[in-house]
Amino acid sequence: MTCGRALTPYSAEAALAVIREHAGLRGPLLPVLHALVKTFGYLDPSAVPLVAAELNLSRADVHGVVTFYHDFRTTPAATHEIRICRAEACQSVGGEALVASASAKLGVPVGSTQGPIALTEVFCLGLCGLAPAAQIDGQPVGRLDQSQLAGLIDGLQASTA
Amino acid sequence: MTVVYVPGDSGARSVGADAVANALVAKAAERGLDVTVIRNGSRGMLWLEPLVEVVTEAGRVGYGSVAAAEIDELLAAGMLVGAASPNCIGIVDELDWLTKQERFTFARVGVTDPLSLADYEAHGGLVGLRRAIELTPTEVVAAVLESGLRGRGGAGFPAGIKWRTVLETESPTKFVVINADEGDSGTYADRMLLEGDPFLLIEGCVIAGLSVRAEFGFVYIRSEYPDAIATFNRALDVARAAGWLGADILGSGRAFDLEVRVGAGAYICGEETSLLESIEGRRPVVRSKPPLPAIEGLFGQPTLVNNVLTVAAVPFVLANGAAAYQELGMGRSRGTQVFQLAGNVARPGIVELAFGVSVDELVNTFGGGTRTGRPVHAVQVGGPLGAYLPVEQLSLPMDYEALLAAGAMLGHGGIVVFDDGADMWAQARFAMSFCAAESCGKCTPCRIGAVRGVEVIDRISQGTDVAANLVLLEDLCELMTDGSLCALGGLTPLPVRSVLRHFSSAVPASPTPVGPSGGSR
Repeated sequence: MTCGRALTPYSAEAALAVIREHAGLRGPLLPVLHALVKTFGYLDPSAVPLVAAELNLSRADVHGVVTFYHDFRTTPAATHEIRICRAEACQSVGGEALVASASAKLGVPVGSTQGPIALTEVFCLGLCGLAPAAQIDGQPVGRLDQSQLAGLIDGLQASTA
Repeated sequence: MTVVYVPGDSGARSVGADAVANALVAKAAERGLDVTVIRNGSRGMLWLEPLVEVVTEAGRVGYGSVAAAEIDELLAAGMLVGAASPNCIGIVDELDWLTKQERFTFARVGVTDPLSLADYEAHGGLVGLRRAIELTPTEVVAAVLESGLRGRGGAGFPAGIKWRTVLETESPTKFVVINADEGDSGTYADRMLLEGDPFLLIEGCVIAGLSVRAEFGFVYIRSEYPDAIATFNRALDVARAAGWLGADILGSGRAFDLEVRVGAGAYICGEETSLLESIEGRRPVVRSKPPLPAIEGLFGQPTLVNNVLTVAAVPFVLANGAAAYQELGMGRSRGTQVFQLAGNVARPGIVELAFGVSVDELVNTFGGGTRTGRPVHAVQVGGPLGAYLPVEQLSLPMDYEALLAAGAMLGHGGIVVFDDGADMWAQARFAMSFCAAESCGKCTPCRIGAVRGVEVIDRISQGTDVAANLVLLEDLCELMTDGSLCALGGLTPLPVRSVLRHFSSAVPASPTPVGPSGGSR
């Protein structure tokens, strides 16, 4: 989800500008958090008190929301992300075997966001008729098979080597 | 000039449609051919994607499973005049798979340019909204009630009653909230509609807003659908510029506008009260009901919360009359349902038909059995909270009440097919582990029950006190069903119990322990 977009290095000033841009919305917290992740590639924990102060919420309120969702990573994102679907439709056509081989090839467990290539899981991309499915750097990939997956990983590894 | 359609739907894109579209433009230019490429939605024949359609005098000729590398060869063979080739599937509109369907909601998906207002109107769009503007809110609500339309999110609550409740609840501020948090595996109709015919949802939302006297609405789309979010946002801009949204809708002097809200990866937000909490910016924990959202919903105001497909069915009802919708279906399930074939199925895709069609007809006649060619072993209907049906139950009709009576549920109309290689015991474990991961944590039966469910299943897998633990598992299922606050905890036992009941050979029996293979986390 991060490739191909220039990320801004985190600073409190830049974070405040992002927060204020969305603060006027009805129910601004979720759009503000999304905008911070989009701008910096992750949600820096030091932005939490800024968000709380700007939106007149408690830090606990903001922390509670941030930690509830899967999307709000609090550490800098990897250069590339392989996100493989593990829901039922993909399970029915060998999705789990793809997860296992991706993990073996990258040498990291599922859920790893460290290193140049993150390997994460997702539960449904709405590509259930084209299972097994994945998102590679935000782009949809359907009818994924072992050789295609290996080729995609090789390509990402070459680009970050 | 020849018009060629190459789907821009993310399903088609996932199997190379962008490369096909680019190759078509490049190779046609090389050959000096005058081609206009339109990125339509998907026809829903997903096994044929990327499905390229060429407009000819005889109609739109389809070329299925096209690879970018084949384009030059296809052009040389006369694809632009509809010439035969191994990829050619003939006139798309004449294919049995499509002509046998009753496409009310999906009438335009895959046919039109999703962002062309002219195309939308030329194919019957806006008739429903114009009619709604002529009628009083009470008359529109009466039409929705008469149509027999029920909520398509899964619960099947009569839409007209919900609309009437919001209309009759007095308040200066009311909201429309559209649930496009389509998190159930095997369901993708909301996504395809958002990408393939976004104006239909906008039209439905405006009708809803005018009818319940709300001036603002949110469409809550899950973050896992980036293409749907982008397309729908562009459609909102186009519609606003044309006066279909805003302060003076189609010159009626009445106001309504919409905003997209993007989810952040939480399955529970598909539950309506959790979704409202999410929009408000709070931890999306399920609310107790009452108060009903129709009376006290978003920001404490009367709120109409409907699924995408519910609201998208309304323009048809108003354009063609409630009777035209109501006359299809069976029992108390009226009209059509957009079924979605997924997983291990030879011909996956969208099948819109009147309620009452059997699971067997969908899976075997439309779906063509499994993709692997092995026997169909289990069919999960209605997402991760739906039951696994064995082959003996495939004659069940798609009807809210009939499925409920059989210990199953229709849900959002998703159908996931498994062949005989499936480890059903692992699927039962997955249901519990998914619930444990996605529980909002408010009620104990769901928060703790799902964790205990995984543990009990693991003990059974290890051969520990199998008989006693099976009793415990059944007891736990009963507790979760009866004691959970919402459908997540309340329905997770459905797939688990269906495995216990119908796939008993997969359940480890005492005393020889059988461990589940992978396939679960």
